[in-house]
Amino acid sequence: MELQESGREETRRHVSKLELFLGFLKIGLLGFGGIAPWARHVIIEERRWLTDKEFAAILGVGQILPGPNTMNASIMIGDRFQGVGGVLACLLGQMAMPLVIVTSLAVVYERFASVPEVRAALVGAAAGASGLVLGTALKMARKIKPSLLALAIAVMAVVAIGLLQWPLVPVVCVLVPLGIAAAALERRA
Amino acid sequence: MTTGLLIPIARVFATLSLVSIGGANAVLPEIRRQIVDVQGWMNDATFANLFAISNAAPGPNIILVSLIGWQLAGLAGLLVATLAIMIPSCSLAFLAGRAVNRWSGQRWVGLLKEGLVPVALGLILASGVAMMRAADHDALTIAISIATALFVLFSRRNPLWAVATGTCVSIAALHPGLLHLP
Repeated sequence: MELQESGREETRRHVSKLELFLGFLKIGLLGFGGIAPWARHVIIEERRWLTDKEFAAILGVGQILPGPNTMNASIMIGDRFQGVGGVLACLLGQMAMPLVIVTSLAVVYERFASVPEVRAALVGAAAGASGLVLGTALKMARKIKPSLLALAIAVMAVVAIGLLQWPLVPVVCVLVPLGIAAAALERRA
Repeated sequence: MTTGLLIPIARVFATLSLVSIGGANAVLPEIRRQIVDVQGWMNDATFANLFAISNAAPGPNIILVSLIGWQLAGLAGLLVATLAIMIPSCSLAFLAGRAVNRWSGQRWVGLLKEGLVPVALGLILASGVAMMRAADHDALTIAISIATALFVLFSRRNPLWAVATGTCVSIAALHPGLLHLP
């Protein structure tokens, strides 16, 4: 099964506004720990709107702009399939349920914050959410099969941001030109 | 009483929207500084509570901002804060997406997109690492994180199964004293 899916994946040419809305409604509803892992799961594995590589490229553009990277990516995805209407469908879809849930949580928080089981659940969910983000990135790396140069750039990002906790903006300013240079080198080769 | 806050809420979050490269988690220290130190809208403890609640809810991390708006000025505050944090960055993303598409035939756009792939990969990986550093305090939580990562890596099943299992394990470990509550 794993072997089959590593073959050339077919993606779809047409996705309706309703499909975009419902897809992102699901992404928002599931999106514990941020929506990036869930966006990948729904967009690539479940509905096959894009390939891993197309998704990573869109996410990359979303990453260097201000705002949440997945939300920026969703704007480009909505625009690609359905123009401005598609953009609004994606944005409404991903925000609707989280807003209802977060305000409900805030309302009941005062009452349940002191219950140890509730705090244990939060700790477990937070640990799971971090593993989810990590696993998603590793899975994307496995599917994209980056060259050694590209891999080195990804590792530099992990070390600088994840381990050394350097500020994001200067790191991105260095790594993006490096990534472009690597891509240019590989095309020539 | 609270309607007077709506305009400052809109101004603060619209400004944050334009500098929030990397999303809400990347500008969290700046959000805290604005809300607690500069504007004095709430104290540190309240801010930390709101952050914890927004992390327990699904959705884009900027719902923290929506929740701050809700806390400050109810439903109107929620709507104003949400729109203020979204409209500037979303408009920019829309224009940038159109620009990339328009010039997609150009060689440099292909190179740009290809060059961004490893950077995006690395940054997602880095945010996973940063989240683990914040969330994992003992052997059990580290194990839950790693098990969840492996599940996502090797299975096509819905990742919610792994998160739900991790949550249940964590609750079950509480009474035998296997889980350390921060």
